[in-house]
Amino acid sequence: MGRLQYLKNVVTLKLDVAKCTGCQRCAEVCPHGVFAIENKKARLIDLDSCMECGACQNNCPADAISVGAGVGCAQAVINGFLRRTGPDCDCSGTCCD
Amino acid sequence: MKSGDGVRAISITTHNGRQVPRIASELNRADRLGDFKVRLALGRMRYTIEPGIYAIGEPTAESPVFVSANYRLSFNRLRSGLVGHDGWILVLDTKGINVWCAAGKGTFGTEELVSRIKSVALGEIVAHRKLIVPQLGAPGISAHKVKEQSGFQVVYGPVRAKDLPAFLDGGMKATEQMRRVDFPFADRIVLIPVELISWGKHILCAAACLLVLAGLRRGGYSGRLVVSEGVRSVVILLTSYLAAGILGPALLPWLPGRAFSAKGAWIGLAISAALGLQSRPLWKSWSDRLDILAWFLMIPAVTSFVVMNFTGASTYTSLSGVRREMRIAVPAQLICAVAGFGLWLAGRFV
Repeated sequence: MGRLQYLKNVVTLKLDVAKCTGCQRCAEVCPHGVFAIENKKARLIDLDSCMECGACQNNCPADAISVGAGVGCAQAVINGFLRRTGPDCDCSGTCCD
Repeated sequence: MKSGDGVRAISITTHNGRQVPRIASELNRADRLGDFKVRLALGRMRYTIEPGIYAIGEPTAESPVFVSANYRLSFNRLRSGLVGHDGWILVLDTKGINVWCAAGKGTFGTEELVSRIKSVALGEIVAHRKLIVPQLGAPGISAHKVKEQSGFQVVYGPVRAKDLPAFLDGGMKATEQMRRVDFPFADRIVLIPVELISWGKHILCAAACLLVLAGLRRGGYSGRLVVSEGVRSVVILLTSYLAAGILGPALLPWLPGRAFSAKGAWIGLAISAALGLQSRPLWKSWSDRLDILAWFLMIPAVTSFVVMNFTGASTYTSLSGVRREMRIAVPAQLICAVAGFGLWLAGRFV
């Protein structure tokens, strides 16, 4: 079985290499191996595996990462649509446990 | 302890004379039963533990501090990962939600962590300034801000609590494998009951409607049709729902397509095809043809929708991706469901 992969060319993750200080936090917190550190700079090596959890952005002290973070949950999108708010996951732990 | 049953606590006295509740790292029978019950969606909203500081083993001022959520399943996982170790557990108030989901919402977050460090006076309980935060808490935590605001340094622990012993023995270094989230068969299977229950009520309502409407016919209502056609329709609907809810998660990597709605649609097409073959002798009348066509539209709509909703439980879907697939899938599901239902209803009258 291959690794499970979601849709291609859709994620909003951006890395500003000029700002990167090479602290490696992004590579540490990413659960999907999206980043690698080469020559003391971060690089996106597997962008399509990004799930937009926002961990890298929150933990980047140099503010070099931006991503439209959110939960990839259809139910949350439906809830947000019905209530006219943003995506709202009120899964209370049913989702990712 | 307010959190009630299950976790029996006695207290331990810290080096500066404070009382901290102590809990066993080994899970007892009540813990295991509780963990099993939430998997069946029984009382999961009440499966919480009081936020605060807890001792595990015989911790001293030098022992490590582990941060957790106040969802008991998360807390119990951490406990079992720490069997044979001494440490402190700092439980954040995540409203009873697991670490990853709570981090996504921000309740497992920098602000709550910093204020909990202060409210339990963690700086007086331990002499060091290090916190082990589960890696999946990172979406809610800014390590550098925690350091700035509390003086505590965040060390991200492994994704899975079962890797904690190896992480601690390896000098708090996580291997590549400990940092990665996957979605293996066993992890997908345990989510099935909760997934099935989440839409179960709606499906039973729809089934009841079909049962009642099946009695309609030109110029009247027939109780015999309810028993024959109605029961058949209910069986088909429930079979489709169960098939999507069970086979979707189980066969996820092998179902064609990357979009979950597409994976689900394939399950529905397979069921429709089987149904079409099974009822082939009946294809002679127009009402039978309409009926088959109706199910060919309705079944994939249902299965596509059910599997699409499994995106929330999966560990690798992005919001942008889910939005993209829904822009196409939801209108398609609606059109198929409405058109299919219309044909099914029309079939009663031809």
